[in-house]
Amino acid sequence: MAITVKLVNRPIEEASYLRATLGGMARTLKHMVNPHKVTVQYPEMREPVSPRWRGTHRMLTTEDGKAKCVGCGLCPTVCPANCIKLVPGEDEQGNRYPLVFEIDEFRCIFCGYCQEVCPEEAIHMGRHYENAEYSRASFVYDLERLTAQTHPVSQLWDPADPAGE
Amino acid sequence: MSAPFLLLAGVIDTQTPIEDFWPFALLSAVKMVIVFTVYMVGVALLTFAERKISAWIQDRIGPNRVLWKGFGQVVADGIKNFMKEETYPEAAYKALFILAPVLAFVPAMVTWAVIPFAAPLPTPWGLMSMAVADLPVGFLFSLAISSLGVYGLVLAGWSSNNKYALLGGLRSSAQMVSYEIGMGMSTVCVLLLAGNVNLNTIVQQQATQGWNVVLLSVAFLVFFIATYAETNRLPFDLPEAESELIAGYHTEYSAMKFSLFPISEYANMVTASALTSLLFFGGWDIPFTTWDNLPPWTVLKTILTLGCFATKVIFFLFTFMWIRWTLPRFRYDQLMSLGWKVMLPAILAYVVIIAATLLALDIAGVARESRTFTGILFLLNLVCVGMLLFVLDRGRLVSPAQSRLRTAELSRLRAIASRSTLAPVSGD
Repeated sequence: MAITVKLVNRPIEEASYLRATLGGMARTLKHMVNPHKVTVQYPEMREPVSPRWRGTHRMLTTEDGKAKCVGCGLCPTVCPANCIKLVPGEDEQGNRYPLVFEIDEFRCIFCGYCQEVCPEEAIHMGRHYENAEYSRASFVYDLERLTAQTHPVSQLWDPADPAGE
Repeated sequence: MSAPFLLLAGVIDTQTPIEDFWPFALLSAVKMVIVFTVYMVGVALLTFAERKISAWIQDRIGPNRVLWKGFGQVVADGIKNFMKEETYPEAAYKALFILAPVLAFVPAMVTWAVIPFAAPLPTPWGLMSMAVADLPVGFLFSLAISSLGVYGLVLAGWSSNNKYALLGGLRSSAQMVSYEIGMGMSTVCVLLLAGNVNLNTIVQQQATQGWNVVLLSVAFLVFFIATYAETNRLPFDLPEAESELIAGYHTEYSAMKFSLFPISEYANMVTASALTSLLFFGGWDIPFTTWDNLPPWTVLKTILTLGCFATKVIFFLFTFMWIRWTLPRFRYDQLMSLGWKVMLPAILAYVVIIAATLLALDIAGVARESRTFTGILFLLNLVCVGMLLFVLDRGRLVSPAQSRLRTAELSRLRAIASRSTLAPVSGD
């Protein structure tokens, strides 16, 4: 089988090294004296995140500090990553509440379906990205941790305003 | 006037060189301590400057956390290097493995000894030369000792018993040998003009005739390129080509033994910058004036010329970094062909041209200090540099990735390509 060879017939007149070098040095000097200042000094400076940013979860609470969740079971059903563990319970007045509500943030794919499906607007994605922990176990957020979070929550996508403006 | 006469007459003359032993020895010791300290601190700051300049060129900020504006980075790096664990490869030849960094470091330090960094300083005991050792052999000493530094690199590569380190060491020796010749020949041109290898004499010659960069432009270019090869700086850093040799000759080194290699590299950079400014940019001569080159010597003259020399050296050090962060590394064949097939013939031809011109001018009776002499040499260099830029530099200096093809070969390959069953690739 014949081979295909890429042929570059470079014009010798343009194959200069010294002049090209001087051009390149002018370019780097231009960057040095007038740099594009794009660096964000992270811990002190932060880039704003989108209002629809989907970070780690947060459970909203009622005025008396209890989780809004009624244990309906919609979020574990809709969750494509199967990361929500929910055991519903019921008190004497017949109010349903979650006995166990755990989200494994390692399994989570941050799709935001749980927030979309929640009828009580209880579980939310958070606008938050500093999630480092010292152990894998601490990435399973229980109800106490989810309600204790204070970071802002993300906005749902609005079909009437698809670009989010 | 001799010193004994002056002593007998009770006259202290500050304008003649020191002749007594003890003042000379003590002042030399003081000079050594000061120069060594400034040199080492300067080298440490250079590593910081390199990181900052590279950052600015790449639109970054660079180290800015340790102490004020990141200047503490230098100290932090030093402490880190002293604290790190020293590792020895099992198969290394231990004696040479330990000796090699020293062999790289010592010549880098010693070369600075002959560099005159200012006009002579008058002292109560006589005139003190502002070089640690004002040797009559001048830059020959620098060239000789700086070549010794390659022993450190080669032995480091060999004693590590590592194939990458060995290749790095071999490359550095081949590179040194190739570019030493071009470097030596370019200094021959300086020698032709100055008639002396003493660096102070060369500075004085440039003060009267104009800087050698104007009189010997091509020699300057060759010397400049050769210094980059000698100091293993980009685009000539093949001995430590990271992409192919891990880290080259210092792959197996750790802690302070590793640190000595970068230190000696930066020290060599400083010496190379100083030599470039001495041989071609007038050294400590303040441009467009002559008062600073003539006796009587004063402290003020020493301080001003020191500042002038430091400015020139810092500019060339900046150029080292500027070029490093502009140019990519050469291929090995490009390195060799540039050294042997371009630079050596070019500088040999240039030496002949300069020698013939000087002979012709001497026969014609043009005085060396006259403006006509400088003007004629300047015009000659203008022509030479023009030839270099527009005739020689046409794909010949550094061969491109795709080499030139003869027309017959090109049409044969095109014919093969056209018969191909694969999709044709557009030619040009």
